Amino acid sequence: MNVIDASDLTRTYVTGEVSVTALKGVDIAVPEGDFVAIMGPSGSGKSTTMNLLGCLDRPTSGSYKLDGVEVSGMSADQLAEIRNQKIGFVFQGFNLLARTTAMENVELPLLYREKEIPSKERRQRCKDALQSVGLGHRLDHVPTQLSGGEQQRVAIARALVTRPSLLLADEPTGNLDSRTSVEVMRIFQELNEEQNITVLLVTHEPDIAQFAKRIITFKDGRIKSDLTVKERLVAKQVLLNMVDEDE
Amino acid sequence: MNLWMVFRISLTALMRNKLRTFLTALGIIIGVSTVITMLAIGTGAQRSVEATIASLGTNTIMIFPGSSQSSGARTGAFGASTLTVEDAKEIIKQCPAVSNTSPMTQINAQVVFQDQNWSTQITGCDVSYPEIRNWAIVDGRFFTDDDVRAAAKVCVLGKVVIDNLFGGENPIGATVRVKGIPMRVIGQLAEKGDSAYGQSQDDVIMVPYTTCMKRLQRQSNVRYIMAEAAAKDQVDRAKKQINEVLLQRHHIQEGEDPDYSIRTQAEFAETANQSTQIFTLLLGGIASVSLLVGGIGIMNIMLVSVTERIREIGIRMALGAKRKDILRQFLVESIVLSLTGGAIGVALGYGLAHLAAKFSQWPPVVSLQSVILAFTFSLVVGVFFGFYPAFKASRLDPIQALRNE
Repeated sequence: MNVIDASDLTRTYVTGEVSVTALKGVDIAVPEGDFVAIMGPSGSGKSTTMNLLGCLDRPTSGSYKLDGVEVSGMSADQLAEIRNQKIGFVFQGFNLLARTTAMENVELPLLYREKEIPSKERRQRCKDALQSVGLGHRLDHVPTQLSGGEQQRVAIARALVTRPSLLLADEPTGNLDSRTSVEVMRIFQELNEEQNITVLLVTHEPDIAQFAKRIITFKDGRIKSDLTVKERLVAKQVLLNMVDEDE
Repeated sequence: MNLWMVFRISLTALMRNKLRTFLTALGIIIGVSTVITMLAIGTGAQRSVEATIASLGTNTIMIFPGSSQSSGARTGAFGASTLTVEDAKEIIKQCPAVSNTSPMTQINAQVVFQDQNWSTQITGCDVSYPEIRNWAIVDGRFFTDDDVRAAAKVCVLGKVVIDNLFGGENPIGATVRVKGIPMRVIGQLAEKGDSAYGQSQDDVIMVPYTTCMKRLQRQSNVRYIMAEAAAKDQVDRAKKQINEVLLQRHHIQEGEDPDYSIRTQAEFAETANQSTQIFTLLLGGIASVSLLVGGIGIMNIMLVSVTERIREIGIRMALGAKRKDILRQFLVESIVLSLTGGAIGVALGYGLAHLAAKFSQWPPVVSLQSVILAFTFSLVVGVFFGFYPAFKASRLDPIQALRNE
């Protein structure tokens, strides 16, 4: 079954008299367990696509089925609920709440659950999520006490804690050095392979895209190419090589 | 999301920026404490006036001469000496609802004791006067009917007069000179404090009214008559009965203005209450303005806070916060701010009111009503001034909000 089934998505922004069509009919199908990298120059429509697929925005026309549910006509509040239940976001700027501990940051999406989760279970899930990204020892640290890589891992834990169908990562390595970037990709690959989580990754770094199974390239609001990655990089291996180089 | 969660989220957000939270609450703290203090002082003044009026005696009725109409010109109270000792005697005789009367005379005179002298008010009255005024004799005795009949040269002194003439010595049995006439001091009045007009009631010398008329002022004018109703619920009836007696004795025809006026204790209290109530309202009104300013402060900070936290709002929305969640969060933040400010303000106001008491003679009264009023008002301020920023926050577009730096 496809997690994402979008057909003929268009998005036109109207500012006063001027209207700009950022997306000119895009079809994307992403099966469960896929790992897709989205590439393209700025203005190519990849961010717009991310916003639409992430249910942060609604398409001007076209259909978008997430987990088989048509979401293109939903209201803002309905979309909020879909985001809360089905989508985990990881952003370039981490987007953690300042002066808020890792635990509390991870807890946030669970607090917005329509059906309340008992606090004991909530805390356990947050702990598990943080442990799965290797931050079991940093539960009570606030973002300023964490390194960039650690902050991004908190953000990943926050995306995972809701057990989403889709993990959407928007330039997740944009603010990280190359080693930390690979570490983040290792977590994504692990989640993808071990837990069969579908990952959609927007990046403009070609070597980061090589960690995905499939690369979709955008240009001028359309899909230019949709290719399977032939020589896929395995982050675990890359890290080992890096350690060798360091020595 | 239930309200407890919203409350938790709001509280966490408030605790994250303690200085800003405190400064915002400060407006409300000042507003509420001012309201509490001002109302406490106002109410204190009111109680103080009430107490003073009550010290006149509870069931007293005063009959003043005057309001007499002669050739169209009205003279005010005390304007004409139309009351007589006989009037007082007839009132007590004919009015069952009246238990005591006393004709009253008053002059100001200098009193001399040895090398000390003091100018004070000489009040001439009947033996029943202390009872009418609930005024105790702490030392010696009051004068008797015999003293009154004989216009005896005896007097009873108030605390202030004793302090000034005797300087702590026992005055009983001493002889003072009033207008050159020697008078024996037979008693000392209990301390009564200030009157409704701020004068000391203890700066007084009481003599039999007969003594005052015959020996001191040398005329038989009665300045006014003091009467006491038999019971509190008899006051109105007493007033009516007195009026009937006087109408008849003064030959007042129907439709004619009487040449006297009768005022009861309740009427005095009402007049005094009205003025202190206006005073209290005025103080409360001024204080409310500061509460309003505090509210605008909340709105201002909340608006800044929303702008400053656009990204936070974007994150929350991306993670699944609905519009109503955001609206509630900011609204609850504002309410928590104003209520906490309100609570601190009540405590502070309570302290300030008692501090103010040290500088004024009125004991402040922090009434439950004023606390509820100030608290409710701060809640209203919180909701009213918090709503717009909260609404603004809830209408943000998550994509725009996330992009905000």
